[in-house]
Amino acid sequence: MCGIVGLLLKNPALNDSLGKLVTPMLESMSERGPDSAGLAVFADRDQGEKYSLFAQDADFDWDALERGLDEALVPTPRIESQGRYGRLYLSVEPDTLRHWLAEHFPELHVLSAGHFMDIYKDAGHPAAIAQRYGFTGLSGSHAIGHTRMATESAITPAHAHPFTAGQDFCLVHNGSLSNPYKIRRSLERKGIHFETDNDTEAACRFLEWRLRDGDSLEDALAQGFSVLDGFYTLLMGTQDKLALVRDPFACKPAVVAETDDYVAIGSEYRALANLPGVKEAMLFEPKPEEIYSWTR
Amino acid sequence: MDTMNQTAEAVRFDLGQTTVRELNQYLHHELADSGARHIQVANPNGQHNIAVGVDAPVSVDIQGHAGYFVGGMNKQAHITVHGNVGWSVGENIMSGSIRVKGNASECVAASGHGGLVVIEGDASSRCGISMKGCDIVVGGSVGHMSAFMAQAGTLVVCGDADPGLGDSLYEAVIYVRGSIHGLGADAQEEPMSNDDYAKVADLLERAGFDYDLQEFKRVASARSLYHWNADHHQEY
Repeated sequence: MCGIVGLLLKNPALNDSLGKLVTPMLESMSERGPDSAGLAVFADRDQGEKYSLFAQDADFDWDALERGLDEALVPTPRIESQGRYGRLYLSVEPDTLRHWLAEHFPELHVLSAGHFMDIYKDAGHPAAIAQRYGFTGLSGSHAIGHTRMATESAITPAHAHPFTAGQDFCLVHNGSLSNPYKIRRSLERKGIHFETDNDTEAACRFLEWRLRDGDSLEDALAQGFSVLDGFYTLLMGTQDKLALVRDPFACKPAVVAETDDYVAIGSEYRALANLPGVKEAMLFEPKPEEIYSWTR
Repeated sequence: MDTMNQTAEAVRFDLGQTTVRELNQYLHHELADSGARHIQVANPNGQHNIAVGVDAPVSVDIQGHAGYFVGGMNKQAHITVHGNVGWSVGENIMSGSIRVKGNASECVAASGHGGLVVIEGDASSRCGISMKGCDIVVGGSVGHMSAFMAQAGTLVVCGDADPGLGDSLYEAVIYVRGSIHGLGADAQEEPMSNDDYAKVADLLERAGFDYDLQEFKRVASARSLYHWNADHHQEY
């Protein structure tokens, strides 16, 4: 069992309230996933090349990273840090940064890369994680969250969702895949690198590979239906979209509420119950093996 | 408990103030001696397990959307949900009735033994899965694999049925008014008899729906899966 939530704001006047709206949704799914949580937040405009970083040590020296980058890679990097989490603004190719970090700061994990997306994820109770990283203060146009009850791989910050691959793409998953290693082997032969042994990472990297190859999100998901085997409700975010699919048996739940102001997705209605105007929202349950997507 | 009047026949719970556990403990242990005949439940907000295991001739009105297992194992009580419900409304219902004014998610009345479950809107996948004698009337449509392995009882669908209807059906009977988008393994459409029309008329009346009986089709088991056949090569 896991919990997923998503919120896409159609009314830009609400963008400053994104964190305030989505955090109670995430916390309401704590019973479905009490061991880890994460949140991906998309800005409503291009913020330049940026990276979400996660340090293994709570007392990581972010100033040392700033000095090292300034001397070795690009002058005047900008870092906003909060404990183990750091957001780095830096005009450099993701692969260049990853290789440099692996050599000089191997204790840092790159959570996300892109111009729009920040990812926060950690192990612990969802409410504690929301407080640790100040989720209620976040703003943006759309967000995806996940509460995890691990069933197939370890409980670590890296195994928490959302998973990401490439840039400005992330995915959360409720369910379990039965063929993640088969997918992984086929992608690794194409030179795609994996960071964990989590089944969701296989789905994430498969779909990102299709997107990078030129597929639309909808085309990539249509291929996903034939490649992914197992139980899944998948919720994905790109710089301007949320997309939702359920497996052909609809084994894992999802419910959607749509108003003039937002589209909200939750594993259960409980996640949506406290949103403003939800009593007048159009509520529906997504059908199996159908692609639902919304653009901001 | 927010009791309007301890001696009154009506008792009101606000689930914004009290827990589902307190409500259910009242229903199980205190209701019988209280003289209450009517229970109101406010602010359910999609919480799970509301009014599970009631065994008393009372009415329960739930004012909003309920979560999983609402009215599970119900005996005698008449439960109305003024909203939508999550998975497994009326799971293992024994008697009494449950009426959902909105839509229902998956597994309506799963393995229900008796009583009546009415969904005024649509019901999602696996409606009536493994039902064992209860009756279900859905005013709208049902999702895929409804009445999967249903053993006894009746499912009436006033709208359409998604693929896989009645897969591996035993002796439960399904009546569908709209389109059937695909039958499951061993389910087959059969002619309507006078008994079938009488059965549908009775259930529609009890559910409060008014449709032309001639529009309903009967789906029942072809009984070809009852005995294993080596010649099938596992293909059905």
